[in-house]
Amino acid sequence: MIPNSSVPASNPSAVARSIRKSLLRMVHHANASHVGGGLSIADVLAHLYGGVLRVDPSRPNDPERDRLILSKGHTAAALYATLAERGFFPSEWLDHYGEEHSPLTGHTNHLVPGVDASTGALGHGLSLGCGIALAMQRDRRPARAFVVLSDGELDEGSTWEAALFAGHHQLEGLIAIVDYNQIQSFGNVCEILDLEPLADKWRAFRWQVVEIDGHDHDQIAGALARLPAKAGSPTVILARTVKGKGVSFMEGELLWHYRSPDGAQLERALRELDDSP
Amino acid sequence: MRTAFVEALVEVARTDPRVWLLTGDLGFSVLEPFAERFPERYVNVGVAEQNMVGIASGLAMAGKVVFTYSIANFATLRCLEQIRNDACYHDLPVKVVAVGAGLTYGSLGYTHHGLEDIPIMRALPRLAVIAPGDPVEAALAVRELVRWPGPAYLRLGKAGEPVVHRDGLAELPASKLILVREGRGPAILATGSMLPTAVDAANQLAGLGVDTAVYSVPWLKPFDAAAVATLARKHSLIHTLEEGQRSGGLGGLVAETPGGASAPRARLVRGGLDDLCLHEVVSQKAGREANGLGVEAIVEALRKGS
Repeated sequence: MIPNSSVPASNPSAVARSIRKSLLRMVHHANASHVGGGLSIADVLAHLYGGVLRVDPSRPNDPERDRLILSKGHTAAALYATLAERGFFPSEWLDHYGEEHSPLTGHTNHLVPGVDASTGALGHGLSLGCGIALAMQRDRRPARAFVVLSDGELDEGSTWEAALFAGHHQLEGLIAIVDYNQIQSFGNVCEILDLEPLADKWRAFRWQVVEIDGHDHDQIAGALARLPAKAGSPTVILARTVKGKGVSFMEGELLWHYRSPDGAQLERALRELDDSP
Repeated sequence: MRTAFVEALVEVARTDPRVWLLTGDLGFSVLEPFAERFPERYVNVGVAEQNMVGIASGLAMAGKVVFTYSIANFATLRCLEQIRNDACYHDLPVKVVAVGAGLTYGSLGYTHHGLEDIPIMRALPRLAVIAPGDPVEAALAVRELVRWPGPAYLRLGKAGEPVVHRDGLAELPASKLILVREGRGPAILATGSMLPTAVDAANQLAGLGVDTAVYSVPWLKPFDAAAVATLARKHSLIHTLEEGQRSGGLGGLVAETPGGASAPRARLVRGGLDDLCLHEVVSQKAGREANGLGVEAIVEALRKGS
């Protein structure tokens, strides 16, 4: 079994700041989209790879590792930045994000060290997580499957097929984290296809629900420290987040689902992050 | 073929603990031998095919070799993107099994007609496509699929198809055509459960003085195009037979085979069911006969053409 290794000498807040800065540089350089959803999940990713996931960057394919499936594959850049931070591959790779022939594609690529699944078509990740968790349950192995979902992909019926299955089969090794930033492709989730009451939906599917502020480091650490939240149940962490978190002019703004920061905007964003507590 | 399939699967699962079986709540009175013997490696996921293929892929990511089982379109089209992205792109040992190919369930209506699966599955990267011609081939196909490292699609009919290979077959090597009957005149290339019909037609043609060869084509991907090119030089006419869309199916495959512009080449007749939307109760037999796939029509086409 892989020891529960943590990133030494870094606190999650500092790691998250570093992830955000890398992410902003990457999307600026590549003129890429989806920065808002990357910024909203950065804090959770910092905690997951900062000691929660039982992974070893020197053995990215260890069969006994915990898996993380970023089902919201459009925020791959945030995952790549996190994996580089954690030492899965050299940080210099990030400089080539989105360039011709770079393995760092716009949606997650499983050929990148540390990436467990290629995603990008929404509604696939939770089923993959069910399969991994089911294998571990039946084999009595301790590895867990974490699946990071967007709120928009909860529109997909396949997500709920998987939710129904996980509850029935008591997959306690399956942990879903919803990046509930409340903005999807065309606007506010509550206006396009309202998910509320969201916690009740998951409970009705026999999941243990943990609701947190997805930017509060104590709450994130607390939720991830007690897994499964209830023995014999899959856990869903509903992380209330802010799209564009950490950059004042991106926060809560739909446009930053699409737009890439120009040079001046990048400088301003990096400065804000450096000045933040 | 269903019975041969599940018996072969039980057999390989006895010695290979990686082998799992998932069903989308279909296969009642078929899958029990596996379910009872290997309950730890069997799951009825419910009527949820997208989830089934996702789960199969997740299991495969954790080291399993996973068969998924459902009826024609449910096993393939309903979860096409999961097969493409999760199984094929990750190159995982997920083996999609569809029963009720073609018009097997003709009387159940259009939703249960499995007609477009070969062209569509063929188009997916890395996915092997096998349509066994009889129960002997179906059993061998299971063993081949466990050996095949990546994803695969197995197209089956129902139960009770006649055995064509009465003396058995040693193996079903990837891509290879199987010579069922020698002949120096025309050649029939049949895939899936059209094989017995092809043999019947060839027997009748023999009585009419037309010496017809029959080949079974269980492997549609990988496909032995070189062997077909050789046959196209050897025979005056090639008649393909498939219970499904011939555009992009076996008929399409043979038509795509490069023979060289100057090479002498057999005439090609493609039997199949293109763009078929049936609106009434149609048995498999009647559906075939109405669309040129009955023995009579095949005999007539070959007698005239050669």
